[in-house]
Amino acid sequence: MSAIKIKIRGLKKAFGDKRVLDGVDLDVATGTAMVVIGGSGTGKSVLIKAILGLITPDAGSIEIDGEDVLRAPKARASELRGQIGMLFQNGALFDSLAVWENVAFGLLAEKKIKRSQARDKAIEVLAQVGLGADVALLSPSELSGGMQKRVALARAIASAPAIMFFDEPTTGLDPIMGAVIDGLIVDCVKRLGSTSIAITHDMASAMRIGDSAAMLYQGKICWTGPAPDLLTTDNPVVNQFTHGRREGPIQMAIRK
Amino acid sequence: MTAVLNFIAAIGAAALNALGFLGELGIFAASGVSHIFRPPFYPRMLGRSLMEIGFFSLPVVALTALFTGMVLALQSYTGFSRFNAESQIAAVVVLSVTRELGPVLAGLMVSGRAGAAMAAELGTMRVTDQVDALSTLSTEPMKYLVAPRLLAGIIALPLLVVVADILGVMGGFLVATLKLGFNPTTYLINSFSELQANDVISGLIKSAVFGFIIALMGCFNGYRSKGGAQGVGAATTAAVVSASILILAFDYVLTQLLFRVL
Repeated sequence: MSAIKIKIRGLKKAFGDKRVLDGVDLDVATGTAMVVIGGSGTGKSVLIKAILGLITPDAGSIEIDGEDVLRAPKARASELRGQIGMLFQNGALFDSLAVWENVAFGLLAEKKIKRSQARDKAIEVLAQVGLGADVALLSPSELSGGMQKRVALARAIASAPAIMFFDEPTTGLDPIMGAVIDGLIVDCVKRLGSTSIAITHDMASAMRIGDSAAMLYQGKICWTGPAPDLLTTDNPVVNQFTHGRREGPIQMAIRK
Repeated sequence: MTAVLNFIAAIGAAALNALGFLGELGIFAASGVSHIFRPPFYPRMLGRSLMEIGFFSLPVVALTALFTGMVLALQSYTGFSRFNAESQIAAVVVLSVTRELGPVLAGLMVSGRAGAAMAAELGTMRVTDQVDALSTLSTEPMKYLVAPRLLAGIIALPLLVVVADILGVMGGFLVATLKLGFNPTTYLINSFSELQANDVISGLIKSAVFGFIIALMGCFNGYRSKGGAQGVGAATTAAVVSASILILAFDYVLTQLLFRVL
């Protein structure tokens, strides 16, 4: 069995009276792709923002390579989190910078590369996500939604991160472009040998991207297993969610 | 009895909110200032902010100063002619502009233009996850977004005020000589004989503080905005209103302090 890259135990986070994460336990094995599914507002984004350090959890532990990033010294925690590349739901490209500057931003920030070489490197990474050199000088606002997603993916993989997070990678895209983005994600993760967590409520995307899957429900992980089992499991919550049925425990919870 | 308790509770809650806000603002300002002095530095962002706050605000500040100087000369003439004190118009214009109107009007104009733009840009970056994206790309957002703007505000506003001072005095000179029939040479001699270095320096000190206030309120309100377009709009309004009020309040405080020192 592979070593555990990311280990989460008892993670809790509340916003006011609303308890979003209520004791999340999750293991992600090194070199595997985990998909976390769950309904809107169930805390999927909060979970990965907590791992990234963008949100401070109320309780619990998050270990990366066996070290708890929540209790590690600030510099060490930044170092551990520095190995994470992130694809945001809406791309989150910097409007004021050209496409190539977006892609090379992390490399320039980490001083891994001189500015004179950065454009060439950015064009190289853009080619890996199927974009030509002609887009490098454009502004993000001049690109279509699908192209923006590809640029955001290029930015996430430019530093060859050991861990990658994908937040709703296919949201807002047509089914074909969604499949293209999923294909690119799988290619990039496999090529870099990264460990990844993708959060989605798009079942087709989950099946394409994930090796394993987990479902977040009522602040806890209610099911984990191989991604293909998502559609066949008899867990009533997962079953209702993956098949999109109106009646079931999730509906019952809403009624309550 | 309950109504009284509710009233006291409401006052207490408002006081706590105000203190919380001031504490948050203080921590934000201290963090932003500390990042100005700690590497890495972002000279490109500083240059861009200097252009935004300084260069692109030049037309609006220049026009404001020019017309203010012109109006000041006219109004002073109206009043002073009643006491046969027209010769003092040059002194009134130059002292008013350099000590008071140049810094305050430039501050208010830049607040409306650059302060609003800062809040809108940072607010949009916040609600579209661009600020979070910076953190994931090994970049401290306070250092990259806030520190260069604070420094640019401190540098750019005094430079703008130098321009405003010159154009304000020039406005007064144009009206006095072309419309009111003053002798140009006499007017200039009267202007500069009354002007002391401290008058200009006090205006420049004020303007540096105003520049910091504008950048701080623009960044603070933008950085903590939430709730999409409505939140960004609210942050922009709050940035301009709070900066304008603080400029006027600090103008009094600084004038009081500088009266003793300079």
